[in-house]
Amino acid sequence: MATTTKSRKNGTTPASAEARTPRRVGFSQKLGNWDVKVAPYLYISPFFILFLITGLFPLFYTAFVSVHKWDIILGQGDFVGFENFAFVLQNPDFWKALRNTFSIFLLSSVPQVIMAITIAAVLDQNIRAKTFWRMGVLLPYVVTPVAVALIFSNLFADQSGIINDWLGAIGIDPVRWHADVIPSHMAIATMVNFRWTGYNTLIFLAAMQAVPRDLYEAAVIDGAGKFRSFFSITVPQLRPTIIFVVITSTIGGLQIFDEPRLFDQQGTGGSDGQWQTMTMYLYQLGWNQSNFGRASAVAWLLFLLILVIGLINFAITRRIATSGGKR
Amino acid sequence: MTATTPTPAPPTSAGVRGNKKTKPRTAVRRPGWITYGLLSAVLLGSVFPLYWSILVGSWDSSVLTRDPMPWLPGGNFFENAARVIDTIPFWKATFNSLLVSTVTALSTVFFATLAGYAFAKLRFPGKGPLLVFVIATMAVPTQLGVVPLYLVMSKLGWTGSMTAVIVPALVTAFGVFWMTQYIGTALPDELIEAARVDGASMFRTFWHVGVPAARPAAAMLFLFTFVMTWTNFFWPFIVLGPQNPTLPVALQTLQAAYFVDYSLVLAGAMLATIPLLLLFLFAGKQLVSGIMQGAVKG
Repeated sequence: MATTTKSRKNGTTPASAEARTPRRVGFSQKLGNWDVKVAPYLYISPFFILFLITGLFPLFYTAFVSVHKWDIILGQGDFVGFENFAFVLQNPDFWKALRNTFSIFLLSSVPQVIMAITIAAVLDQNIRAKTFWRMGVLLPYVVTPVAVALIFSNLFADQSGIINDWLGAIGIDPVRWHADVIPSHMAIATMVNFRWTGYNTLIFLAAMQAVPRDLYEAAVIDGAGKFRSFFSITVPQLRPTIIFVVITSTIGGLQIFDEPRLFDQQGTGGSDGQWQTMTMYLYQLGWNQSNFGRASAVAWLLFLLILVIGLINFAITRRIATSGGKR
Repeated sequence: MTATTPTPAPPTSAGVRGNKKTKPRTAVRRPGWITYGLLSAVLLGSVFPLYWSILVGSWDSSVLTRDPMPWLPGGNFFENAARVIDTIPFWKATFNSLLVSTVTALSTVFFATLAGYAFAKLRFPGKGPLLVFVIATMAVPTQLGVVPLYLVMSKLGWTGSMTAVIVPALVTAFGVFWMTQYIGTALPDELIEAARVDGASMFRTFWHVGVPAARPAAAMLFLFTFVMTWTNFFWPFIVLGPQNPTLPVALQTLQAAYFVDYSLVLAGAMLATIPLLLLFLFAGKQLVSGIMQGAVKG
């Protein structure tokens, strides 16, 4: 709060003071010049100041913490070099968390993109009550992930859960949604998909509507059917949007915490850590075992991982962007 | 920026440029029942989990073991809701969530409009690289700086208070970029020049010319920031205690009990969702068009 008022004042004082002085060449013009030069930096400074303090500094300070013994209450301890990293990297829990994070991420992002494109294609027709359907698709977006997790952990209950009941009705044995590794990942991915598919559907829908209609008309003249023109026109035209959605969901998806944390009462990722993610592991080290040094080591490893994947994404994007020019 | 959602940020790629109006396609045939069937199935998927929450939340917990299960809501919702309000500091949490979301959204809109105006309309050395920097920060997982951020907050004595949740979220890179895009296309340079010639100071020009032009995009930014802050869990969960929580943080404690009473938990889930459902009822249309405008082309 303190920062708001402060920087807001900084933003207004010179300007309003200047506005009150009568228009006269000389002093006020000098002030005007100063105004023109400084105002832009003043206007953009809140973002940069805030980012420096709450974004960049913590990120680098994490590196400092990660090479120290650091207790949540006792504070900074001895310098230990890469001991925290060594501990984390030798701990099977870390590797399990890494595996879980990737598995949940893949199970949520791939089906999500496919579903979103499909629903968008259905919406991209001359349907009645367009706004109604679009809003219906977006509805889950306003439900907080905590509520989503509480609801779905009940739907996916191992014993007498409604989903197992339905599976039973069509002759499938009950799935151990919490006890087993992959089923628990599927259940958690379902929560993510529930909340984000509609959002991404609308992004794809907007991109589809920007595709020039004459491309479709030409395809119809050439005798292409609905499916043919979907795969030969729509999907290639959507490429940049697909990349965008994949990149944003990678950055978010690898940091997933809320849904797996609330998938059961304990919040530790299952009896065997079968759905503990990287961010949960970070939390456990830092706030349950009060070892900030190790937690920071995990944060940096995850940060590097996201960075590497981001660069790979970027490289792929560039390649596609350059080769995608020819249609 | 900062420790917000662990979920994808709203769309950012270029061009709030006027959503190219699709040509009136009166000649195009109306799609058949398969389309509506598919859409209904999707809608069912959107609504069912919420309905389930109402359903279980309006019976007592034995309903889950009943066979066959009733498919209509029972009469216990208010009783369960009262128990929720007794179990967790519900009103305090609702007030906190409202406070945090409103303040964050207002301040994000203000600072983002200010910065967006500067990036879109003012000339100053270093503008290009600075804007690139803003965009690049969107790809930085700042959530991973939680440990030092927590240390800073405890040093300042802010842990457990809403200040710790509000301050890191006062302005976002997404907001700045969003407003830059919009103001760039929606505000003609001539208007700014006219105001300047008339002797208006930089800030007056911004306030009387920039702000009115930015209003539609500002309203959408307000909505998205509000929803994002309301649904945020990770950082508030770390920095706030159970005594003074936001709604998601309070809600989470319902399940932490040794024996989980699902009627209680799901009634709570519903209670925490109702405010945003109301918001959605009135502003859902704006959310839809906001996402679609932000998305045009990458």
